[in-house]
Amino acid sequence: MNNRADFLDISQVTVAFGRSRVPVLNGIELKIARGEYVSVIGHSGCGKSTLLNVVAGLLPASGGGVVLDGKEVDGPGPDRAVVFQNHSLLPWLTCYENVKLAVDQTLSRAMGRAERHAWTLENLALVRMAQAKDKRPGEISGGMKQRIGIARALAMKPKVLLLDEPFGALDALTRAHLQDQVMQIHAGLGTTVMMITHDVDEAVLLSDRIVMLTNGPNARIGEILEVDLPRPRDRLALAADPRFVAARASVLEFLHHRHTAPGLAAA
Amino acid sequence: MNIATSKPAPAAAPVSVAEPALMPERSLAARLRPTLDAVLPPLLVVLALAGLWEVVASGPNATLPPPSKVWADSSELITDPFFDRGGLDKGLFWHLLASLQRVAVGFALAAGAGIATGLLIGTSKLATRGLDPLFQVLRTVPPLAWLPLSLAAFREAQPSAIFVIFITSIWPIIINTAVGVRNVPQDYRNVAAVIRLRGPAYFARIILPAAAPYIFTGLRIGVGLSWLAIIAAEMLIGGVGIGFFIWDAWNSSNLSDIVVALAYVGLVGFALDRAMALAGRLVTRGTSAQ
Repeated sequence: MNNRADFLDISQVTVAFGRSRVPVLNGIELKIARGEYVSVIGHSGCGKSTLLNVVAGLLPASGGGVVLDGKEVDGPGPDRAVVFQNHSLLPWLTCYENVKLAVDQTLSRAMGRAERHAWTLENLALVRMAQAKDKRPGEISGGMKQRIGIARALAMKPKVLLLDEPFGALDALTRAHLQDQVMQIHAGLGTTVMMITHDVDEAVLLSDRIVMLTNGPNARIGEILEVDLPRPRDRLALAADPRFVAARASVLEFLHHRHTAPGLAAA
Repeated sequence: MNIATSKPAPAAAPVSVAEPALMPERSLAARLRPTLDAVLPPLLVVLALAGLWEVVASGPNATLPPPSKVWADSSELITDPFFDRGGLDKGLFWHLLASLQRVAVGFALAAGAGIATGLLIGTSKLATRGLDPLFQVLRTVPPLAWLPLSLAAFREAQPSAIFVIFITSIWPIIINTAVGVRNVPQDYRNVAAVIRLRGPAYFARIILPAAAPYIFTGLRIGVGLSWLAIIAAEMLIGGVGIGFFIWDAWNSSNLSDIVVALAYVGLVGFALDRAMALAGRLVTRGTSAQ
């Protein structure tokens, strides 16, 4: 059952809230291989984040289920570490303590005290935040907070890393910088990643596959695009690459031609 | 004198604020200026009010003593709060200390029980439904209304007074803690869920720190109410304590002593409030700076 192609198996997931007859997500079927980087893209309100929350175990599916590495998801856990959109660092803890809390909580059986300290510092160094380890989240920039959030998630040694629009609240330059860092980390650690985004360039640059959702409610998977670009990828070189341009065009075509944003369609 | 020296202050203030940054070795006078700017206005107001009071209370038909008479009658109380001649003839320090001890015991009990109850009703919908209506009614009962029941139950002055403090200050602590717990952002709960932080550790590492600003608001209101309640309760139960001191002075028509005692009561209440605000700032540093 544990073959490469369905390391993370999302099977017929349907989510309906309350007594609503129309589900938010309907029959989502997606298999993600070990080490794969998959983006889920769609307009606001289509249920992208809902799908991620189901995989994270933070939200129960009304129908269908999620199996990770042969084990059914029945609640949140550190094997599916989440990087939240608004970083969600605990403001009363320093950056070090934020990561350390997750490490202590999830790896205390596998590691001794000194080892956990070293592992925390190693993860802070991985996102190049070792110098700010004793600062509190209120004292650092939005991009730095998100890097701590990534370090915290990676420090749990997750089987799959779930990114919920991780760069949405950042300015363009910081975003590009963090995207490059995530690409390096993905290349270095071989982490399986599922990322929610609404940024077409980001999806094409980072992903092996792009999953496009139709507009909600009753959102389904409209199309899955394989991004056949060699890694490591360089954003400058890719800008003129015809394969990049074609991939980008095909996602834009899906989002803006066939499935126009609901607000714009009404206007 | 005071008025004359303070006149140039407003005009010079902007300059003196800017200069220390350029020349840290400025004169002592320049460095003291911000302090003077903060202290002088209230001092002048107090002096002006004292002057007005002196004038109003100096007439032949005045019922209350003017400041000069207060000083003449009660200067010993003001200058030496530490004397102790046995019985109830003690300096104000001892009376205040007795009152503060009662407040400390009653308030500590209220803080412990209040935070625990607040955590419960903030976490459990069932507990909210069961307890909240009861609390909303009970919290409006004035402190002194509890005293007769309390005396009947405990049959002694000291525990009765402590109970009145407890029952007065516990409501804002419960209610603010519960609101704080309900307002813990879903993000923090999600983080706790992902790292599987549960039970007591979840309360200690996530809920309490996240709700701390609310809890300290409750504690601050509670300590103020305790101080209001103890003065009133002590007037009725007697013994050593600032409340009974005031009542005793009234019975012996010693109005000047009452004026001095009121000033002390106000200053101690102010100090309690500021101490609680400071404690809150120290404990919650960072939490509010999101």
